[in-house]
Amino acid sequence: MILVLIDHDGGEIDPLSLRALTAARKLGHDVEAVVIGQSGAELAAIAGEYGASILHVASHASISDYTPMASGRALKDLVEKLNPAAVLAAGSPRGNEQLAHLAAFLDIPMAAECSQITLGAPHHVLRARWAGNLIESANVHSELLIATVLSFSTEPESINGPAASVSQFEPNVQPADTIVRVLSRSTGESKGGVTLNDAKVIVSGGRGVGGPDGFGNLEELATLLGGTVGCSRVVTSSGWRPHAEQVGQTGTKVAPDLYIAAGISGAMQHIAGMKNSKTIVVINTDPEAPILRYADYAIIGDLHQVIPALTSAIRQAKG
Amino acid sequence: MSKLPASAKCVVIGAGIVGNGMVYHLAKLGWKDIVQIDKGPLPNPGGSTGHASNFIFPVDHSKEMTAITAESMRQYKEWGTFTETGGIEVARTQERMQELARRITSAKSWGIDGGRILTPAEVKELVPYIDETVIVGGYYQPTVGVVDSLRTGTLMREYAVETGAAQSFANIEVLDITVENGRVTGVVTDQGTIAADYVVIATGCWSPKLAAMAGAHIPLTPAVHQMKDIGPVPFFKDTKGDIEWPIVRDMDVFMYERQHGTGLEIGSYAHRPILYTPEDLPSNATAALSPTEFAFTQADFDIQDEHAYELMPSIVGDENVREKYAINGILSYTPDGMPILGETPEVKGLWSVAAVWIKEGPGTSKSVAEWMVLGDSEIDLHASNIARFHDHQKAQFHIKSRVDESFNKTYGIVHPLEQYASNRNVRLSPFYEAEKELGAVFYETAGWERPFWYESNKGLLAKFGDKVMPRTAEWESRWWSPIINAEHLQMRESAGIVDLSAFAIFDVTGPSALSVVQKAALRQMDVAIGRVVYTPVLGPNGGFKSDLTIMRLDTNHFRVVTGGAHGMADKKWFSDLLPADGSAQISDLTSSYTTIGVWGPKAREIIQAITDADMGKDAFKFSTCKVIEVGPLRVLASRISYVGDLGWEFYIPIEQGAKLWQMIWESGKKHEMIPVGIGVYGTTGRLEKCYRAYGPELETEYTVIEAGMQSPKLKEADFIGKQAHVKHRSEAPVSLLCTLFVDDHTSANGEKRYMMGNEPILTVDKQPIVDAHGRRSYVTSAGSAPSLGKHILMSYLPTELAVAGNTFIVEYLGEHYPCSVAQVGATPVFDPTNERIIA
Amino acid sequence: MDVLVCLKRVPLAGGTLILTPDARDIETKHLGFGISPHEENAVEAGVQLVEQMGGTLTLLTLGPSDAEEQLRSQLAIGATRAVLIETDGQEWDPQGTAAALVDAINAEETKFDLIIFGAESADSAGYQIHIRVAHALNRPIVTNVKSMKVENNLVTCERVVPTGREHYEAPLPAIVTVRDGLNIPRYPSVPGRMQARKKIVDMKKAEPRIPKLEKVTLALAPSKDKGAEILGKGADAVPALVEVLKQIGAF
Repeated sequence: MILVLIDHDGGEIDPLSLRALTAARKLGHDVEAVVIGQSGAELAAIAGEYGASILHVASHASISDYTPMASGRALKDLVEKLNPAAVLAAGSPRGNEQLAHLAAFLDIPMAAECSQITLGAPHHVLRARWAGNLIESANVHSELLIATVLSFSTEPESINGPAASVSQFEPNVQPADTIVRVLSRSTGESKGGVTLNDAKVIVSGGRGVGGPDGFGNLEELATLLGGTVGCSRVVTSSGWRPHAEQVGQTGTKVAPDLYIAAGISGAMQHIAGMKNSKTIVVINTDPEAPILRYADYAIIGDLHQVIPALTSAIRQAKG
Repeated sequence: MSKLPASAKCVVIGAGIVGNGMVYHLAKLGWKDIVQIDKGPLPNPGGSTGHASNFIFPVDHSKEMTAITAESMRQYKEWGTFTETGGIEVARTQERMQELARRITSAKSWGIDGGRILTPAEVKELVPYIDETVIVGGYYQPTVGVVDSLRTGTLMREYAVETGAAQSFANIEVLDITVENGRVTGVVTDQGTIAADYVVIATGCWSPKLAAMAGAHIPLTPAVHQMKDIGPVPFFKDTKGDIEWPIVRDMDVFMYERQHGTGLEIGSYAHRPILYTPEDLPSNATAALSPTEFAFTQADFDIQDEHAYELMPSIVGDENVREKYAINGILSYTPDGMPILGETPEVKGLWSVAAVWIKEGPGTSKSVAEWMVLGDSEIDLHASNIARFHDHQKAQFHIKSRVDESFNKTYGIVHPLEQYASNRNVRLSPFYEAEKELGAVFYETAGWERPFWYESNKGLLAKFGDKVMPRTAEWESRWWSPIINAEHLQMRESAGIVDLSAFAIFDVTGPSALSVVQKAALRQMDVAIGRVVYTPVLGPNGGFKSDLTIMRLDTNHFRVVTGGAHGMADKKWFSDLLPADGSAQISDLTSSYTTIGVWGPKAREIIQAITDADMGKDAFKFSTCKVIEVGPLRVLASRISYVGDLGWEFYIPIEQGAKLWQMIWESGKKHEMIPVGIGVYGTTGRLEKCYRAYGPELETEYTVIEAGMQSPKLKEADFIGKQAHVKHRSEAPVSLLCTLFVDDHTSANGEKRYMMGNEPILTVDKQPIVDAHGRRSYVTSAGSAPSLGKHILMSYLPTELAVAGNTFIVEYLGEHYPCSVAQVGATPVFDPTNERIIA
Repeated sequence: MDVLVCLKRVPLAGGTLILTPDARDIETKHLGFGISPHEENAVEAGVQLVEQMGGTLTLLTLGPSDAEEQLRSQLAIGATRAVLIETDGQEWDPQGTAAALVDAINAEETKFDLIIFGAESADSAGYQIHIRVAHALNRPIVTNVKSMKVENNLVTCERVVPTGREHYEAPLPAIVTVRDGLNIPRYPSVPGRMQARKKIVDMKKAEPRIPKLEKVTLALAPSKDKGAEILGKGADAVPALVEVLKQIGAF
């Protein structure tokens, strides 16, 4: 049996968890899921749809929101009870963190960001390194495999399974486990409520934009397309835009339907954050810019001319 | 991107300042069908141009380098990419102050004016952020400036493209350079093959790799130059543009500081030499910054930080002024510090324009383009000629050890006679051990160890006393010994034996041999067998390309003997004249034959004692050669002299050299023959006889007439440069080469000083002397004339001033000394009728 | 307060990586080295805390002796001293690394109020060493911190998540991992460099363990050129792009 941690916020599932579920199912074992927090019980239907037979719900009076160490404790308790072959989670900051707590509790290895998993003795994984530019082939020497699934390596596949049966349990949470927990939340910084993570369209600018003023045109285009503005690392480290808009390894990794990269040459760390976008359009003066290798469409030209022309053409087309 | 053409007249590889300069100047000179490629993107393909500091100090002790730099500055100004900032070289030591004075005098010789010595307070006035207490003075050159080399290159490339002369392609990687029958045929790239008649390698530190593809050699090494940019500097807050403040070179710590916008760039040549090979350079894709911008290694810069702090504490010592950018930038270094220019000796049509820095780029490109298109360049490039390298000098060991040694001399005080310590004892004559035992002090030429003088002759100092013209000043005593002058005097009394193994020797043979040497030589070569002819070799413009001797050994057999330093360039010059039908050949005998010279009034007696051949005045005439038997040896004896005394050069297979040396040595004993070093052969003996040397006196810029070397009758046969030479003969010369004596050597502090060469000759009111062609008068060679008790200076003087007895001033290390013309033209000041030679 | 920042020496790579012939490491002969991007923020945070509150900032790394270069650079921006656990140059697995760090931290006289890591290393990104160290030291840990305040013996942190910001706090002594954006890391000054030369770097040895996450080989991720369709040059190409956007349903 493979146990998959489903991450959620107040009952709203992290879609990356579905990828982890799919990856687990493809290993040919039974799949059971676990959520931390009572509100996770609402996820039985979707967990079942993606192949989990049982949804273990860990609830405890001291877990009301994300509490990573307690998650690790709950997972440890469940592992000791169920003795699964592997515990998987999404290769997200939370997935990695919670499984790392589990691995630390058990003092066994953990393989993060795996694009391929083969159970065995030892287990074998392919895992992403260097912002996804390198693939490590690694053996994992432990009976239980703890691994997170590289975000975009597996497409979520529903098997239209029946709702998972819910199995409640109370982990043996210690006071130290709950010291660090989400105390409160505030909403994102992005204007108009569209964040990088859920934007369908991102209009991103790089060094070629030339300065903070140049982003006005990008914002206008993004708004017109119902999207948001992103940028490269040099833009945030130059202080032209807030860090929240940075796309890349040290910013946010995104995969929108449309990614327009304007004046971005395509450093490795930026590519790592956007290469999974469905359609990539590049606007750049340099026909040899590295980012063109990842583009579906490109216009060779100055973004300061192309973007305003594009905005007005779309306006016209929309009528 | 448009497709690469399948063929071109000329492919220029590289789009840095040099490659762009080449396409521009080739286009300007009328070439079309030029294709430029670079493996990187444009406008900055990632070579050294992209990270250059871009400032230009127009002064160098080398005339060639100064001329190229001046021409480059002219072009940068023409493009509007030059900003004049002025520059100051500061000194922390008195020794450096002397060097700065020497730099000003070199500048004056090469026509760069305006330099002046500053007190620390005056330096502070120009550069308020300097701590003047750590310096003892400075040298201000107002014409120093900063250029935009990327912009200049782009403008030059665009000109060539827009005029239809050239096409330019980025991101093209060269995979091979093809060669057939010793001639380049094309360039194979990752995007197709371009057939080409000419291929120019302008790829900076990658050049050796490209040359190797064609089987040629460009002996340079990529080396690190460290720099860091700190800022923002509050003091520069309101500066506008790239640069406003003078560039400062902190010479004694081998560093420079220049304001760059609101930042200060600190560069260094003081760190340990960090050498790479072209294979170490990453591709554009794998490089973190660019292929020639390596990660900064702070540990190598620690001491430089402190030195910068000392000089500019208010900026460098400011905790809030932070490193913005720091790199180990890659530059090209060569084993002798000069660029590598010209057609490769290995492959016809393959040209190198390598090891060229920003300050030289446009000028070099123009000169090499002239060389390619017109057959010669206006500026003499002999010291940069790629053909200068001997085979052993292409070895990595040689390149690395010499660059390792000389890297820290980039801002060093380099004595004109300074010898390399590394990679010595590479070429040893058969007499080397014998010479060593005689206390020979070895200097190196072309890898050969040559005795410069012999400590065993020290006893002669007492004999000759003050006639050896002893020197007290450290600078001109360095790399010098009064023993040289003692050897000279003893040779004039009895005889001296000279090791001449460093001669380059090559035979021209075959049915067309005569026409080959005729083509090269100014003098008549259709002479009797057994004649020895000393002849200038001219370039197409009628200037000097060499001077050498040619022996006619048989109807179709000529032996060319030339100096070691220039030998390989001469060999290429003659090789280029060989007919395509194979009717003449050249064989290099440099390593097969060794040469011993014996000169002096006793030379005949010494040699006659060991040979049955008649060495008598009439039996063995001056300017003839023949094979004689010396005991068991058959020796080619050639009766000529470069020192002004009776004697011969003896050519002998190298393995028999020691035997010959020993026999002459034994025979010379009873005639007080001494071993004589190159100090006599190359300087004192030659200067007394007013013999000109290739390089100092003889170069492209001067004519045979000006050098006073025209023969009464013009050779009928055609030769290179004839047309120009005929014209020169018909015109009044603008300048004439003169021999001058220094009339008073006494400096301000009462010490006697002796010029070393390259000093400006000034009018008595201390004004530079410029001839009608804009050429300055300067000392081409200087040295003792012990037989005359004089210090000799050679200099070209405008014809109207070239009058015996005319007085002038020579500036030396900032002081002025009177001198006067002793001789106009080539007539020797010692033994003017050559009685001693023809005796 | 006394702060410890853990660092890792990593190559500063360009747009494309190349591997060593045995495919176990990336070829670094032409690359320089630095520390991971988030770690620059970690050091900056440490320097700021010590500037504000006094105390010491210690750096700790595990790596080859050459990692001293990275430590000196960070000492130059204001750290007090550094400890280098010298390895044989081989990469250690996360458990081995964490254990060696824990041993070194325990061996320190200073009991650090705050230990800061970067959120992930640039090269291996295993997402666990900091958590293993926290478990071993019995300290609370907050990860991926984008904003941080220390007062009243408490570290208050913000973490950016897709829906906004989460707020955490932990009593000292604690561990945090920080992300780019936390601050703007400063670069060294020349006086900083000069002072750094005189600062102490303690060299320590640790015995390698048999790795449980055992690297076998590395491979370059396939990054096939998607063969972008060039729609044209400049504004003239806009109509073609509008067509494309229509087709993919962007509006």
